[in-house]
Amino acid sequence: MRMNLKKVQLAVIGAGPAGMAAAKAAWENGIRDIVILERGSVPGGILPQCIHNGFGLHRFREELTGPEYAQRDLELLKQTGVEILCDTMVLSISPERHIDAVGKESGYQSFTADAIILAMGCRERTAGAISLAGSRPSGIFSAGTAQRYINIEGYMVGKKAVILGSGDIGLIMARRMTLEGAKVEAVVELMPYSNGLTRNVVQCLEDYNIPLYLSHTVTKVHGNARVSGVTVAKVDEHRTPMTGTEFNIDCDTLLLSVGLIPENELSKTAGVALDPRTNGAVADENMQTETEGIFACGNVLHVHDLVDFVSAEGEKAGKAAAEYLKNGVCEKGGFILVKNGSGVGYTVPQRISKDCKKPVTVFFRVNRVYKKSEIFVTDENNEMMTFKRDRMAPGEMERIVISPDKLKGCKIITVGARTVSDQGASV
Amino acid sequence: MSKSYDIAIIGAGVCGCAAAFELSKYDVSSVLIEREPDVSMGTTKANSGIIHAGFDAEPGTLMAKYNVKGAAMMPKLAKELSVEYEQIGSLVVAFDDADQKTLGELYRRGIQNGVNVELIGKERLHGMEPNLSDSAVEALWAPEAGIVSPWDLCLAFAETAVKNGCELRLDSPVTGMKRENGVWKITIEEKTIAARCVINAAGLFSDKIAEMAGAEKFEIKPVKGQYYLLDRSQGNVFSHVMFQCPSAAGKGVLISPTVTGNLLVGPDAAAQLSRIDFGTDKNALSYVKERADVDTDAVNYRENIRNFAGLRAYSDRGDFIIGPDNKSENFINIAGMKSPGLTSAAAIALDLPGMIRGFGLEMKPKNEVVTTRKKVRFASANETERKSLIAKNPSYGRIVCRCNTITEGEVLDALHSPIPPKTLDGVKRRCGTGMGRCQGGFCSPLVHELISRELGIPYEKVEKEKAGSYIVTGPTKETGK
Amino acid sequence: MKELTCIVCPKGCTLQVDEKTFKVTGNSCSRGSDYGAQEVRDPRRTLTTTVILEGAARKRLPVKTDRTIPKSTMSACAAATNGIVAKAPVKAGDVIVENLLGTGVNLIAGCDMEIRQ
Repeated sequence: MRMNLKKVQLAVIGAGPAGMAAAKAAWENGIRDIVILERGSVPGGILPQCIHNGFGLHRFREELTGPEYAQRDLELLKQTGVEILCDTMVLSISPERHIDAVGKESGYQSFTADAIILAMGCRERTAGAISLAGSRPSGIFSAGTAQRYINIEGYMVGKKAVILGSGDIGLIMARRMTLEGAKVEAVVELMPYSNGLTRNVVQCLEDYNIPLYLSHTVTKVHGNARVSGVTVAKVDEHRTPMTGTEFNIDCDTLLLSVGLIPENELSKTAGVALDPRTNGAVADENMQTETEGIFACGNVLHVHDLVDFVSAEGEKAGKAAAEYLKNGVCEKGGFILVKNGSGVGYTVPQRISKDCKKPVTVFFRVNRVYKKSEIFVTDENNEMMTFKRDRMAPGEMERIVISPDKLKGCKIITVGARTVSDQGASV
Repeated sequence: MSKSYDIAIIGAGVCGCAAAFELSKYDVSSVLIEREPDVSMGTTKANSGIIHAGFDAEPGTLMAKYNVKGAAMMPKLAKELSVEYEQIGSLVVAFDDADQKTLGELYRRGIQNGVNVELIGKERLHGMEPNLSDSAVEALWAPEAGIVSPWDLCLAFAETAVKNGCELRLDSPVTGMKRENGVWKITIEEKTIAARCVINAAGLFSDKIAEMAGAEKFEIKPVKGQYYLLDRSQGNVFSHVMFQCPSAAGKGVLISPTVTGNLLVGPDAAAQLSRIDFGTDKNALSYVKERADVDTDAVNYRENIRNFAGLRAYSDRGDFIIGPDNKSENFINIAGMKSPGLTSAAAIALDLPGMIRGFGLEMKPKNEVVTTRKKVRFASANETERKSLIAKNPSYGRIVCRCNTITEGEVLDALHSPIPPKTLDGVKRRCGTGMGRCQGGFCSPLVHELISRELGIPYEKVEKEKAGSYIVTGPTKETGK
Repeated sequence: MKELTCIVCPKGCTLQVDEKTFKVTGNSCSRGSDYGAQEVRDPRRTLTTTVILEGAARKRLPVKTDRTIPKSTMSACAAATNGIVAKAPVKAGDVIVENLLGTGVNLIAGCDMEIRQ
């Protein structure tokens, strides 16, 4: 293991799928001095605890578990000279790309990188973020922490559980808890639809007859030392609990699956501009942030649904970082601003280089469920293109590909969504 | 054979621990008795952490006397005991004529109490606090107010008292008291101990203790206060402690930076029967936010990381109840310790030796006492200090709490401290793990492992806080499931 | 007639499957009709779980069935993984349990685990 680093060409922060793909791509594009700094004791990011199936369908054309997917990335990296420093936490990054990191064995590392790829992933929203009311007993876990206890530490978190939030993590944990012998009494979801993949609703809830309460929320936690139950109520169209609809569920565990937030503390120390719509960095089509030499990819940039796209984004960042290291700043002609229009919550990238010559994939999420619909892209004057969709939902990241010739002369483009009926389009 | 002591202090909140700290400097045997599994688990656990300047208390009261004395003691105490404390000053803000009248009254009280107070006008006020609403017209500025970590202060007192020989009995609820043959017989469930004199610092239960002792009757009425604790990103919305004037809508709420760089908003005030219910509710929190919105709209509540509730011990006497009791012999009350209880704790403790001498006990200062405490805080250390810490002990190189940059070394320090925590929350109060934006999502399993390993507690027996607050039920994959 | 949601792609078409002929309607593609028929005739799932691991840095080894097993046996097969102890070193794909609970399917390791004291 390398100690007393003074300078590296490329530092990748995080050895999850984004970081590993980025490092591999940078190597393949000629960079030979690459270090990945990983705070965990093993690489893989969140994947080692995601022991369920469903990863890699796009990238490997196989259905892999999280650990298997991470293993593939590790094997690809073993063919390179990329070094992974585990048990090493980056404490700060300066705008000039100076990095301070500490590790039990690696000690205090203070060095500069010619380029940095941010791949720190995300964290879970907490009970505080939803102002969960009631007592403060033990037995309330975020779904990811419960997953860590069960799959990594090897301890069961409870016997009778209620899960708040029907995103994929909540659904997966409903099944995991059940298969480990717990009784999952209910999954409670604030919205009128589940945010997770339909396959997970079927394979995690329906398979085990676990009731799903849509348009409901947990209004109170009960229990003195340990959770003894929760009160659940229906919510109205403003997501406000409706008096008179409350009912109690006895349980000893409450799992919270109430959202993910990109983990950008280090980006802030580096002065990297963040986008409040994604809580991640502002990036261009090459995953370059607004700070020269610093790139971002994966969940730290915006929360993904499929790890395959995380890896693809990592590859883009790695390739772009390599280009930057070899040839300096590429985008000399300025940027086209990408705005989110009606129905669209955010886009990544948030800007596209004016002299870009390759097709640009724009990722985005809609902010409500759409059935028959279309995505439209406008510049300042005209509607430039539309893309038809049968169904879009906030829980499923969307993408469109825009060819560079369409972008010539544009200053600002807007990506929006609207319903399409037989009579024509409407918002 | 029951144990006997010179002094028994009932209640290990900040007042009881300050008492233990002060009395441990004397050549007397003392015991600090606490019903919960750790110190600082009652009112001290959840409050605003404000060191009040002393203009609010009615002149001539014990609150006024001890507030001013206690506030003056804080800078030196915090330094010697390595307690996180900052003298950021406080502003009571006025928005209209009625408020300005209140400021005038507070100013008058401040002057009478000997507090450094000043009335400042709109321009200077907005210069000091640019995020304050334009409607603010005047403020009472008290530069000597400050912020402190209440449980850190309580722990500093308790740990140092223990170092000086004070015995600490946790998980020890007092179930009975009897004066017999010139000593107090104190029943702690099945055990009995004896003490020549008793100090009642039992907080929310101090009236019950007084009743057991046959002392002059008083009643404690719990008053709950609920808070928002916001992410550090909100920590510089204001630079000083911001108070509001009471209005028709009720008492105002405060908005203040904390010693950890977070923002605290609250509390409201709602009387309740229970002395142990620290739960939160949406209505109270809405009220708090509504009142806080008057000061500023710059707070982003989406950055809320935690809500919590504190319980104040209001008495029916209207002032602190401090001193030797009129009915019961050798029995001292430190009760009714609502605000400014935290500020006053150290100052009250200074008067105890005199009171105990009045009972006929000799209070000879010890020759060798510990009055200082050192505490490693990696997060606030500079690069040289950090390198030296890691070189000394590689455990300081392993970050366990990402949000607050807290190391394994600090957790180990806590687990081997004079009052070793056995619970996740005990470690939290000593190190700060789990107090950050992820609220323990990342660090809980790591801290859990360290507690189990270092203290030899089976993994599934490690608890969150109270007795019975188990975290995991048992290993997965056991046969016979 | 059985009604179910197709899970092959995010569209989630509502399928109607005849329980005698296994004919599927409501699908938008052939993968959907394959899924619908299979799900009604013989619903199968992959089991993913962990087993106790000794001799490695980690205490649990992620495992999965190397092929699908009947949906009705999922809970029993999950319970059958209790008490099984794998020993490091382990390589991804190693067979941990052959013919799990008589399903004819093997339980295999999900990743490498080196020996660590």
